[in-house]
Amino acid sequence: MSYEFLQILWFILIAVLWIGFFFLEGFDFGVGMLLPFLGKKDEERRAIINSIGSVWDGNEVWLLTAGGATFAAFPHWYATMFSGFYLALFLLLIGLIIRGVSFEYRSKDSAPAWRNRFDWMIAIGSFLAALLLGAAFANLARGVPIDGNKMFTGNLFTLLNPYGLLGGLTTVAIFLLHGANFLGLKLEGELRERVNAFAKKLWIGASVLYVALGVFTYVAGFWARGVVNPGIIPIAAVAVLLVAGYFINNKMEGWAFIMVALNIVLTQVTFFSMTFPNVMLSTTNPAYSLTIYNASSSQYTLTVMSIVALIFVPIVLAYQGWTYYMFRKRISTDKKTLVY
Amino acid sequence: MDPITLSRWQFGLTTIYHWLFVPLTLGLGWYVAFFQTRYYQTKDETWRKMAKFWGKLFLINFAIGVVTGIVQEFQFGMNWSEYSRYVGDIFGAPLAVEALMAFFMESTFLGIWIFGEGKVSEKVHLASIWLAAIGSNLSALWILLANGFMQAPPANSFVYNEANGRLELVNFFALIGNPKGWIFFWHTISDGVAMAAFLIIAVSAYHIVRKQNLDFFKRSFNIAAVSGLIAGVLIFLGGHTMGQYMAEVQPMKLAALEAIWETEQPASFSLLTIGDLSGKKEIWSIRIPAAMSFLACNNFTCEVKGVNELQATYEQQYGPGDYIPLMIVTYWTFRIMMAFGVLMILITAYFVWANMRGDITKAKWMKWVPWVLILPYLANASGWILTEMGRQPWIVYGLLKVEDAVSPNLTTVDLLISLIGYTVVYGSLAVSMVYLMKKYAIAGPDAAMHESVDVAPARVGSQD
Repeated sequence: MSYEFLQILWFILIAVLWIGFFFLEGFDFGVGMLLPFLGKKDEERRAIINSIGSVWDGNEVWLLTAGGATFAAFPHWYATMFSGFYLALFLLLIGLIIRGVSFEYRSKDSAPAWRNRFDWMIAIGSFLAALLLGAAFANLARGVPIDGNKMFTGNLFTLLNPYGLLGGLTTVAIFLLHGANFLGLKLEGELRERVNAFAKKLWIGASVLYVALGVFTYVAGFWARGVVNPGIIPIAAVAVLLVAGYFINNKMEGWAFIMVALNIVLTQVTFFSMTFPNVMLSTTNPAYSLTIYNASSSQYTLTVMSIVALIFVPIVLAYQGWTYYMFRKRISTDKKTLVY
Repeated sequence: MDPITLSRWQFGLTTIYHWLFVPLTLGLGWYVAFFQTRYYQTKDETWRKMAKFWGKLFLINFAIGVVTGIVQEFQFGMNWSEYSRYVGDIFGAPLAVEALMAFFMESTFLGIWIFGEGKVSEKVHLASIWLAAIGSNLSALWILLANGFMQAPPANSFVYNEANGRLELVNFFALIGNPKGWIFFWHTISDGVAMAAFLIIAVSAYHIVRKQNLDFFKRSFNIAAVSGLIAGVLIFLGGHTMGQYMAEVQPMKLAALEAIWETEQPASFSLLTIGDLSGKKEIWSIRIPAAMSFLACNNFTCEVKGVNELQATYEQQYGPGDYIPLMIVTYWTFRIMMAFGVLMILITAYFVWANMRGDITKAKWMKWVPWVLILPYLANASGWILTEMGRQPWIVYGLLKVEDAVSPNLTTVDLLISLIGYTVVYGSLAVSMVYLMKKYAIAGPDAAMHESVDVAPARVGSQD
């Protein structure tokens, strides 16, 4: 396999890992953020957590694998991005830490104050993670200051520009909607009614923000700065989001979920194609941008990693898919069926 | 304080913290899987309770290990970007494989184990805990192979690419066949089993003294004592093998952990050495003749190189600089690790012997036994501090120094924010974790069987 083919292959693989991560962890971030607002009674909150209980940790591994794969296949991308976005990633990590522990600990004590504290930590952690990931990706699309030594020369405030913030908020809104749709599929009874009512409102907010982000991207010229024109994909992304509104209003939960999921996937496809073959655009000088060619590992390493991925990715997909199939039933708030 | 010092403190603190939880996850998973297998085979309710009760403690511990692990993976790029650029072509691969092969397996099957009881068949439920245990131990293998590269990079696994200014992988099998990584793995997974054994011993002793659930805790205690003894001996043999390999690939670390200043043949083993405040000069010591030669090469006559000679050699080889690790740390952590490790073997051997001789539940010493839990934790932390600080000033032994590996864009303020942030969050997590561990450990197996609401024994009956 030629070196260039491998570099493109690994770019696609990393894009797939991020798409998988946003699609899967997207709804469990949304569920986490909705938790204290949606669940009024303790059993309700537990039922909400149970809906993602068996899968959230596996979903998060998509992020770890994306990180590990970036390190292995594009060390300069990993080094520049992770050191450059230092404080943003630090906050992301804090969000992921408090959230992950809280899922496990919140029901291990019956004091209402204890449970409430951990419920809020789940919500805040999920919010922080969604906001920062969205802001980070928006900044990657916008470009960041990088010098001739592949070094990030900004700071946290460089990332807090209007486009970055809008990207963060839009991600939060889309994930909230995605989470609400997921819960519509997993819950039953009064809680299901409540979450479907939430979804209607969330859809309006998410659509407004999403369209604003799209317009901003186009007007500011953050558009198709690589060799690929994403073409109709972003238009399709807007379309499926709007269509989702129809399904949400007509209580067609399955279709609503699929449409928002498609929106997330198509948005990510747009993101990865509109800068390709750049992986980090430099606002200092376009010549300093990191690309799949100047940021990648050696041909040998990419070959080895391709073989590893070829063996393990199908196995992982098979057993993760099987888990979702196994836990496909709706979750009731009946105490006897809940897992604590 | 400068960013390098702060980055080193942060890496040290977050890594030690992470490693307070991981060995227990590695070891306790096997016990839970074993107990559940025994239940599956015999349908004896006590085995089921054992799987449930020890499984509960396993999960409380697991939660912190897993979330602090994310920090570890991100930290290489965040704080050590120049390291990531220089060796990413080699070092990234085992990390990616770890995520793909082990993390997915561990997290997915643990999810099935927690949430699947009654929803999946008994066989699938049993298989899921085994797969979760295998997954977590596999992740240890890959990260230790990665660490093995930092400690003793196999010469035939990489080349220096002048055009790119970095090291590149040329032989993946040399990387994953690195003896250093495999010795680490042996040492670490047996350490995990020992740590789990000591937790089981400590908690069981607490209940045995109070005559609660004697059948349950006696059985747990005995299994843990026997397996803890075997694991202790395996750790010791792994450590001894490591010492000999170290003599070959990291002679400076070996000399530093022993405070050998001048090359000796045969080399003596220091029982106690007092250095001056800089930690770099010996004032007074007591030594056992020739014992160090045995530790380094299995005979009583070989030469062990001293710190001063090695320093001179390295200056010639790598240019001027200080190549001596902080001796006061390497010397004492080695002694703490050794002393506590040997103590763990002796204690478990005594438990096994006492159990063969008579009824341990009546033993007077039992009330002191819960305190043994501190031994594996201190031994483990000391061992890792020794391993990592003994490598200084190198981040990759002989190839890249720590001072050249740090992210150049980070400021003191950045690092103070993250260091203080991690400390506060990790500290409060530790408080919740210790609280829950104590509560569940004390509440005992009957409470652990009642999944819902609360475990305080007085309230369990009234709840459902």
